[in-house]
Amino acid sequence: MLVSIYRYNPEKDQVPYMEDIEVEIPEGRDLMVLDVLHLVKAKDSSVAYRRSCREGVCGSDGLNMNGKNGLACITPLSDVVKKGKLVIRPLPGLPVIRDLVVDMSMFYKQYEKIKPFLINDTPAPAIERLQTPEEREKLDGLYECILCACCSTACPSFWWNPDKFVGPSGLLQAYRFLADSRDTATQERLADLDDPFSVFRCRGIMNCVNVCPKGLNPTRAIGHIRGMLLQRST
Amino acid sequence: MVASVTSFGRNGLSDWIIQRFTAVVLAAYTVFILGYLIYNPELTYEQWSGLFACTAMRIFSLLALLCIGAHAWVGLWTVSTDYMRSTAVRLSFQAFFGVVLFAYVVWGIQILWG
Repeated sequence: MLVSIYRYNPEKDQVPYMEDIEVEIPEGRDLMVLDVLHLVKAKDSSVAYRRSCREGVCGSDGLNMNGKNGLACITPLSDVVKKGKLVIRPLPGLPVIRDLVVDMSMFYKQYEKIKPFLINDTPAPAIERLQTPEEREKLDGLYECILCACCSTACPSFWWNPDKFVGPSGLLQAYRFLADSRDTATQERLADLDDPFSVFRCRGIMNCVNVCPKGLNPTRAIGHIRGMLLQRST
Repeated sequence: MVASVTSFGRNGLSDWIIQRFTAVVLAAYTVFILGYLIYNPELTYEQWSGLFACTAMRIFSLLALLCIGAHAWVGLWTVSTDYMRSTAVRLSFQAFFGVVLFAYVVWGIQILWG
């Protein structure tokens, strides 16, 4: 199978280029894209990419495969390969450090902005802060995010304003804490988001929902945040 | 919190509400005008000018006109802040379209009430 890989080594290359590498795929097996990258690496050890758990938990191998973002370790070839060719590029919109490795600073900066931790000023109870099963249920579909950045780097609003728009991943996490019954900083969190960019740069095109490898729905979370902002201001 | 002095409502929520509200008004106006044209295939000039002479239609038209201005401003402001990196280019674009939209609104009022 022909694999076309985005190559860029800032120490050697003036500009990035695509390199075509022919890889032997074992008969009768549906490999994951990460397995193919290992085969490529066996042929050319200079190819750089991130990977760790290889089972869709750590979120380090987010890549753009044949035009769609996803985790290489849980994306089978049969899902992405068209016409016998696999094109692998780094996540779009972020600065490339080398080959398929991107600089995620901007992504993490936005995550940091939403204060991704529980804020509760009331005295801590003896054992733990309890929630009813219904309150706990509200966090389902929110807490599972692994910060792989597939969604935010598929979002044109994040491409154009990565410094101002929090992005789908950050906003999903923002709602995770807004929806948490144990958090007491709801008003402060909403006040931090109430500007023309942080939330409202989302145009609802749902690229984030389309690519999320965990099947989460940031657009719905953003809708809930808008609803809370509306309730707070009217 | 990201500040912006050139957005229509000064904050994201009001821009968002304005855009949704104006979109509903414009959709209603479009449906009404199309419906009127479809149900009156042999429309005469007297009938058409009679429609626009009645107060309710003038209010509806003026509302739609103001809504186009606000809707277009929110949209163009968003496009300019997405795609125009240079502050000088972005501000010039916003100033130019601010004047154009204002001119369209005044011109529209003149047509309706003139």
